[in-house]
Amino acid sequence: MPQTLEPLLRGHRFFAGLEPAHLSLLAGCAANEVFPADSFLFREGEPAQTFYLIREGKVALEIAAPGRGALVVQTLGEGEVAGFSWLIEPHRWEFDGRAVDRVRAVRMDGSCLRGKCEDDPRLGYELMRRFAGLTTERLQATRLQLLDVYGHARGH
Amino acid sequence: MRAVTDTQPREPRPVAPWIEPQSWQVTAVRLEAPGVVTLDLTPPGPFEFLPGQFNMLYQPGVGEVPISISSSPADSSHVLHTIRDVGPVTKALCALQPGDRVGVRGPYGTSWPVAAAEGGDLVVVAGGIGLPPLRPALYQVLSSRGRFGRVTVLYGARTPDDLLFADELSAWRGRFDMDVTVTVDAADSGWHGNVGVVPDLIKRAAFDPDATTALVVGPEIMIRFTVRALGAAGVTDDRVYVSMERNMQCAVAMCGHCQLGPFLVCRDGPVFSYRKLARWLGIREV
Repeated sequence: MPQTLEPLLRGHRFFAGLEPAHLSLLAGCAANEVFPADSFLFREGEPAQTFYLIREGKVALEIAAPGRGALVVQTLGEGEVAGFSWLIEPHRWEFDGRAVDRVRAVRMDGSCLRGKCEDDPRLGYELMRRFAGLTTERLQATRLQLLDVYGHARGH
Repeated sequence: MRAVTDTQPREPRPVAPWIEPQSWQVTAVRLEAPGVVTLDLTPPGPFEFLPGQFNMLYQPGVGEVPISISSSPADSSHVLHTIRDVGPVTKALCALQPGDRVGVRGPYGTSWPVAAAEGGDLVVVAGGIGLPPLRPALYQVLSSRGRFGRVTVLYGARTPDDLLFADELSAWRGRFDMDVTVTVDAADSGWHGNVGVVPDLIKRAAFDPDATTALVVGPEIMIRFTVRALGAAGVTDDRVYVSMERNMQCAVAMCGHCQLGPFLVCRDGPVFSYRKLARWLGIREV
C-alpha cells in the first residue's frame, strides 16, 4: 500500500482539527521536501504555485534592497506556513523564502489544491478560513513591527 | 536574604520610607548596546533587594530616576543597573566612569512572584529594555532550578545590535534546562535568528498553560499583545505579571506622579498581576 503524507498533515498545527476526508484530499497534493541551509524555497517575482508547511528549521522571508542587501521581513519556524501567493492572483511570490538552516517541509501544490477547493466548497471554505486567520495574524504582527515600540523611548 | 513573597500580599504593604540618597561607587561600566549602559555599583554597606525592585539613582544638579536592579539578589556587593539614555538624567548616568560616585536610595517596589511560581512552568517575556528587570528573577529561578517546570525566555529587540546581555543569552541557550528564543523586528540576511515580534513566539513555546506563570516587561503595547497571545495559549491573566513604567519621582507614594487608576506604581508596583491592572490599562485617559 503506498504511503501518503496524511499523518504528517494531521500532525501539523495549520491543519489541526481538519476532517479526515479533507486531509485525504489534501494529501494528494502534498510532497516532502528538504532544503539545505541558504537555499531558496521560492524567489520574489516567480510564479507561486505552492505553499510550504514547515516541519523543521527556519525560513527567512526576505526582500532585496539595492545597496542594503537582503532585508529579513519575518522568520517562520516549525509548525508554521510559508506562502499565501498560491491562493491570490496573480500568483507570484512577493518575497524570497530562504532556508536559514536545513529545512524540512511539506510542499503543497497550489494548482492541485485550487482544483480540489473548486470541487468541494466546504474544503475551500475551511482552507480560506485558515489562511484568513493566518494573514490576519501576520498583518497584526507587521503593524506591531511598524510601530517600532522599542525605538521611541523618551524620559528623564 | 529575605524570603521571596508573592506580589499580592494579604495585608497592605507599608509605604517605603523616604531615605537620603547614599553615595555608591561605580566599579565598572559596560556598554550593552548603543545607548544602553550597565553600571556596576558597590554600596557602602549591606544591601538586600528582591527581584523586580528598583532604586532611585541621583546625579547632583541633574536629577533622579528610577532604575530596576538587573543583577542577582544573591550578590549584594555588585549591584547592577542597566540604563538606557533617553533624557538628561539617564544621559548623565550613562556617562559615568569607574571610580565616579552616584546617589542611590532604595530598594523600592513590589517583586516578581518567584516563590509562587514554583512547581509550575515559567514563561519570561521581555521586550527591549525590559530584560534587565527580569534578570534578577531569572538568576533566582536558575539558582533553584529544580523547583520549577519548564523555563522559557522569549526576548525581542529592535535589531540584533540592540540585544542586551548577548553573552548571557548565549550561555542560557546552551543550557538543557531552559529554552531561550530571541527575535528582532528587523535584520539583514547575516542574522541567523528570528525576525518578528515577541508575542508571536508564544505560540511556538512549549508550556503547560494551566500551570504556567508568565512574567512580562516591555513597552505597554508589547505587553498588551503578549497578554493576548498568552490568553490565546490558555494562560489566564491572573497568572500573568507585568512590571509597569510610569513617571516615578518620589518612589515613596508622596508625589502622585506615577498614579495609574487607583494605584501608585512606586508603592503598589512596579510588579502587578495583569488582572489587577487590566481594567485601568484599557482606559485611554489613565
